[in-house]
Amino acid sequence: MSELRELYQSVILDHNRKPRNTGAPEGANRLASGHNPLCGDKLSVFLRVEDDRVADVGFEGSGCAISTASASLMTEAVKGRTRAEVEGLFGGFHELLTGERGAAPGPALGKLAVFAGVREFPVRVKCATLAWHTLRAALAGSGATVKTE
Amino acid sequence: MKPGSGATRQRAAGRAEPTTFSAERARRDFPILDQKIHGQPLVFLDSAASAQKPRQVIDAISRFYERDYANIHRGVYDLSLRATRAFEGARERVRAFLGAREAREIVFTRGASEAINLVASSWGRPHVGPGDEVLVTHMEHHSNIVPWQMLCGERGARLCVAPIDDRGELMLGELERRLSPRTRLLAVTHVSNALGTVVPVAEVVRLAHARGVPVLVDGAQAVPHLRVDVREIDCDFYCFSGHKLFGPSGIGVLYGKAEHLEAMPPYQGGGEMILSVSFEETTYAGIPHKFEAGTPHIAGVVGLGAAIDYLESQGIEAVAAHEHALLDYASERLSALPGLRLVGTAPGKAAVVSFVLEGVHPHDVGTILDQQGIAVRTGHHCAQPVMERFGVPATVRASFALYNTRADVDALVRGLEKVREVMSG
Repeated sequence: MSELRELYQSVILDHNRKPRNTGAPEGANRLASGHNPLCGDKLSVFLRVEDDRVADVGFEGSGCAISTASASLMTEAVKGRTRAEVEGLFGGFHELLTGERGAAPGPALGKLAVFAGVREFPVRVKCATLAWHTLRAALAGSGATVKTE
Repeated sequence: MKPGSGATRQRAAGRAEPTTFSAERARRDFPILDQKIHGQPLVFLDSAASAQKPRQVIDAISRFYERDYANIHRGVYDLSLRATRAFEGARERVRAFLGAREAREIVFTRGASEAINLVASSWGRPHVGPGDEVLVTHMEHHSNIVPWQMLCGERGARLCVAPIDDRGELMLGELERRLSPRTRLLAVTHVSNALGTVVPVAEVVRLAHARGVPVLVDGAQAVPHLRVDVREIDCDFYCFSGHKLFGPSGIGVLYGKAEHLEAMPPYQGGGEMILSVSFEETTYAGIPHKFEAGTPHIAGVVGLGAAIDYLESQGIEAVAAHEHALLDYASERLSALPGLRLVGTAPGKAAVVSFVLEGVHPHDVGTILDQQGIAVRTGHHCAQPVMERFGVPATVRASFALYNTRADVDALVRGLEKVREVMSG
């Protein structure tokens, strides 16, 4: 049961109940949609990209607690970052979810470290990464729907 | 090929001794259920996805491989004859199980999906043309939608949908109105996998036949839970999968009235389905072998026969009564939980409770239940149109089989209380 507590940390539950940065920000100039056909999670990520930097970001959609909280915390984490910085964050986040147990999360991850518990639930990794894959598609400017299965 | 006398005797024995059914006793026949998951006793509530296998089926398959295995319909040697007898004996058991007139009306496929694809291809292509219609219902599994959609796309035909009401019941008047002069076939489920609704298929077939429309019934969710008689239903085609019937996966059945099967071209070409082959011409075998190209899943068929014997030995009527009581108990206990909404509340249901929990996504429910050893299905259950009809992206589905008991329902209720506790932080 303690693994459940690790998974559903209070920060995650809080962001699930009250997601931040919902909807399209003003002047949004990039959009991508993500879909997890296995569980029906759907979300859209909106960006205002200025000079290769995420000037503003928002999302909307419906999904489980992990995917909603991940999208919400992601928007907080990437706002103001350059594309390269976003890629770096994603790399660290992915490593956190799938890497060796016991490896301490890089300090750069900040609040995203609350997702460390997902590692014990391999089928839920895709829930946590859906928003990130969608964000990267939006940044790359490919309007295609992203799928995680 | 006539069924061997040994197989016939076995079937008679299976039928002759229905003891008083006990789920607790049946449960002990399923070795997999005796284990812990995350330190908790396994509570398996996902039989609608695939049922577990009794020792009797596992042993029948092992014994067959250990003693009787060879290719069928080929050799003149004893082993091949024994294997053929076991294979064709199982076909005879399926015939009796479905109440079909003749064993040659039973075609072995990889599963219900392949059976539907077979009919869509071999019956559909010659019968469905531009401007024609194929009618399905809003509660079909994707397997009973997509093959017809592919056929309609290929032939320039239209896929029409008969609606369901808010309880998840098929609206028969609406269905009748959609049976048009262009309707070439009606494909309907016997029991909805997502909602549990039992469709009055005999009545549906009468409505369709009155307009000269043949009917395929998808019985994948029905055969483990209720007595099926294809002649009473009078459907033209009926199909099911072995794995939902406590048999192996990768084996299924298509029943078709002989006159249809006779008139249909083969589905696939290969060995087994021919009488003679030259480079100029091939003469096809008669039914059912015309539809069974290649070496089939021989042990799968033997296992399916053993699964039918097992279910018959428990008594299908007694199993149905047990599951019905369990379903009532589960519906009552679950409805009492705050914020829980049942999806699919038709008066006639079989072995499935689908529900959503207010404020908690089904996927989170599934993970938290799993940590307590409780296996349920979460998602759209390969029935996305049903989810869309009820305005939910997904549901939690608990489904029952003959080995489930009230204790399993109680564990589910406790598990859901724990879900609330975890998700409220």
